[in-house]
Amino acid sequence: MYAAINLILTLVWSGLLGGITLSNLVSGFAVSYFLLWLVTRGQRGHDGYFGKLPRVLGFIGYYLWELVKSNAIIAYDVLTPTHHMKPGVIGIPIEAKTDLEITALANLITMTPGTLSLDISPDRKTLYVHAMYIHDPEELRREIKENFEPRVLALLR
Amino acid sequence: MIWVIGGCLVIGAFLMFLTGVGLVRMPDIFTRMHAATKSASLGVALLLLAAAFFFQETMVVTKAVVTIVFIFLTAPVAASLLGRAAYARRTPLWEHSVLDEGRDHIAVRAEARPDQVERISQDR
Repeated sequence: MYAAINLILTLVWSGLLGGITLSNLVSGFAVSYFLLWLVTRGQRGHDGYFGKLPRVLGFIGYYLWELVKSNAIIAYDVLTPTHHMKPGVIGIPIEAKTDLEITALANLITMTPGTLSLDISPDRKTLYVHAMYIHDPEELRREIKENFEPRVLALLR
Repeated sequence: MIWVIGGCLVIGAFLMFLTGVGLVRMPDIFTRMHAATKSASLGVALLLLAAAFFFQETMVVTKAVVTIVFIFLTAPVAASLLGRAAYARRTPLWEHSVLDEGRDHIAVRAEARPDQVERISQDR
């Protein structure tokens, strides 16, 4: 509902500015998003649509930071003669239930350097992940379980 | 702006170089998949971003963004499947690996679907 109004307003804005170009679409989306947020405050479903943006932005920031950080670690390991890594396969209990949630979680775990999701247990409760740096298995499990997974699920639910 | 474009190109190319070196230097298939997926996709993303910044036309920018999204959607699927296939065939982990918690689970799966595992191991 909110998304549809937002899109229509974006197109109207672009049309009024004289053409569908990238900058018109982006500025139109930003303006109509802000106006919709202002006008519909306190109404039903408001948080469902507008609560997502800070979470998405927060996740993108968190994800990019992790990406850069672990790429640097792996770069160091690749370029120096000795291997510092302690690889292994670790089982991580997951909260994700539906196919979509599990797929998204597994994909994002794979895209985070240092971890590669391999397989899911037949009861779909444990995700087996190959990790490059297992200095402390419990620590890594807790990191994914309490830091990474809730952020992913918050985006989808 | 020229510095942003140059930075994206240099860092992107450097990441692709790291991917190549990593593929050669890593000791087993799983660590190789690590090297092959992440830095490569980040490198391609940076090169495409540099192209988008350089041309700054709607067509180029949208194509670059869509390509980046597709790469980030498909690369982990391919990596997961390759890793999973290798693990199901019990490809040995690197000798200095510290943990292998999925081994029992693979054994359970082999018990549940012996035909599948047997077919896989016959190919070997």
